[in-house]
Amino acid sequence: MSKPTALSIGIQRGGLEIKQFMRQRESVVFTMLFPLILLAIFGSVFSNSIAKGVTFSQYFVAGMIASGLVNTGFQQLAIMIPVERDFGTLKRLRGTPMPASSYFIGKAILVTVSMLIQVFLLLAAGVAFFGVNPPTSAHKWLLLVALLILGSACSTILGIAFSNVPKSGRGASAVVSPVVIVLQFFSGVFFIFTDLPHWMQQVAAIFPLKWMTQGARSIFLPDSFATREVAGNWETGRTFAIIGAWLVVGLIWAMRSFKWERD
Amino acid sequence: MSTVISVSGLHKSYGANHAVAGIDLAIEQGEIFALLGPNGAGKTTTVEILEGFRDRDSGEVRVLDIDPATKGRTGQAWRDRIGIVLQSTNDAGDLTVYESVSHFATYYENPKDPREVIDLVGLTDKADALGRTLSGGQRRRLDVALGIIGNPELIFLDEPTTGFDPEARRAFWQLIRKLRDEGATILLTTHYLDEAEALADRVAVINRGTIIEVSTPALLGGRATSLATVSWRDGTELRSEKSANPTQLVTQLSTQFGGEVPELNVKRASLEDIYLEMIGISHE
Repeated sequence: MSKPTALSIGIQRGGLEIKQFMRQRESVVFTMLFPLILLAIFGSVFSNSIAKGVTFSQYFVAGMIASGLVNTGFQQLAIMIPVERDFGTLKRLRGTPMPASSYFIGKAILVTVSMLIQVFLLLAAGVAFFGVNPPTSAHKWLLLVALLILGSACSTILGIAFSNVPKSGRGASAVVSPVVIVLQFFSGVFFIFTDLPHWMQQVAAIFPLKWMTQGARSIFLPDSFATREVAGNWETGRTFAIIGAWLVVGLIWAMRSFKWERD
Repeated sequence: MSTVISVSGLHKSYGANHAVAGIDLAIEQGEIFALLGPNGAGKTTTVEILEGFRDRDSGEVRVLDIDPATKGRTGQAWRDRIGIVLQSTNDAGDLTVYESVSHFATYYENPKDPREVIDLVGLTDKADALGRTLSGGQRRRLDVALGIIGNPELIFLDEPTTGFDPEARRAFWQLIRKLRDEGATILLTTHYLDEAEALADRVAVINRGTIIEVSTPALLGGRATSLATVSWRDGTELRSEKSANPTQLVTQLSTQFGGEVPELNVKRASLEDIYLEMIGISHE
């Protein structure tokens, strides 16, 4: 038999990860349906327009798609990996010749697939029930693809890095979820970002979710809305630069802190 | 015969705790070697150093002629030749037995056939059952299947039969002997002395970070020449006497009672008696 490569094992692991994910009904519901429920609630409560040609639903869908990057990457992995560490999954893998990179490739595949399902569901529900307009030009579609790739990569790496913060698998959700929810409030997912207090905007600007949200708005909202952003324009270059910087930070952090077993 | 594991002058401390305080060990190819010792004796630390999970402070360690601390490609190639069955794991509950075993097979260069391994550990009927539906004993056999799928030359077994019923344990011991007969070397850690006695070619008793003795189960701690306890009923009283010459004593008793000795019992020290004595003595 020929020697299996890190990539081929990683792809197989990805398939296995997805299979396991789909068999855990609670996590499928929590990860995939909860954002749709939020969309339904917010879309029904705030049915007003916030600018000419921009409904709150349109604004909210942009924020939820950005949130989807954080939920399927950061939140999912930072909760799942501590559990695997507790269960001995990681230690067992460490005892086999499986290359470490295969494990991370598998996780990246899981995140990519769940992220794509998530974005598709949000878009489909938004368009079907809340009058959301999909991106209007090829350029914006391209920008969407770029945001999904970079944002998802950043979120995945940060989830792997943060997986070392919760002390146990059981407590992981209690540590990770509040971080995500607070960031969502601060980053203009649930409220119009420019309506938030100035200090909150400044705190949010440190973290990547604010920039993912703004990037998503630049794709889903008409360009006329750009003047209502904090900087008066979409800041596309800065958006990608900051998400990219967090990716690098996450990479260094993950490489330094990742542990295959609990201390 | 070649030496599969050789250790000399192994030391490892955690802060002030000198967990491994100078261990020497040689384990030969094709033997089942049991490491016995109370919790905190340095057993787990020693095994984890051998498995390449833990760094050591000093000492020479060769496992299959490689230093287990070796990283990179050489380390990976080394892992291809060993199999590790850890203490209770509880993962992959959402995969079937076959899915887990056949997936782990892809990690190795020359794996065994997944179906054969599943048959070997006695999970044929459970091949398509999800991990989380298995009983404790079945779960443990899945752990073993995952440990041996790579066709290892050396197998580490950590407390393999904890939580087994007596029948399952015997079946499991058969499996371990079979693996040894196929040429694998097995390093077993266990709390069960009857397990060590039934399985091991040699045992080492470890306490306070050092090895007290290495011997066969029959000879450990001078067991073969230890005093036997002879007990019998003398009227209403149950009497017992320790003797180096129990046959002589029994003959005497037989003469005294004119034939049958009431409730006669001659007992040699069990491995457990010897072990407890060794651990006790070394505490003083």
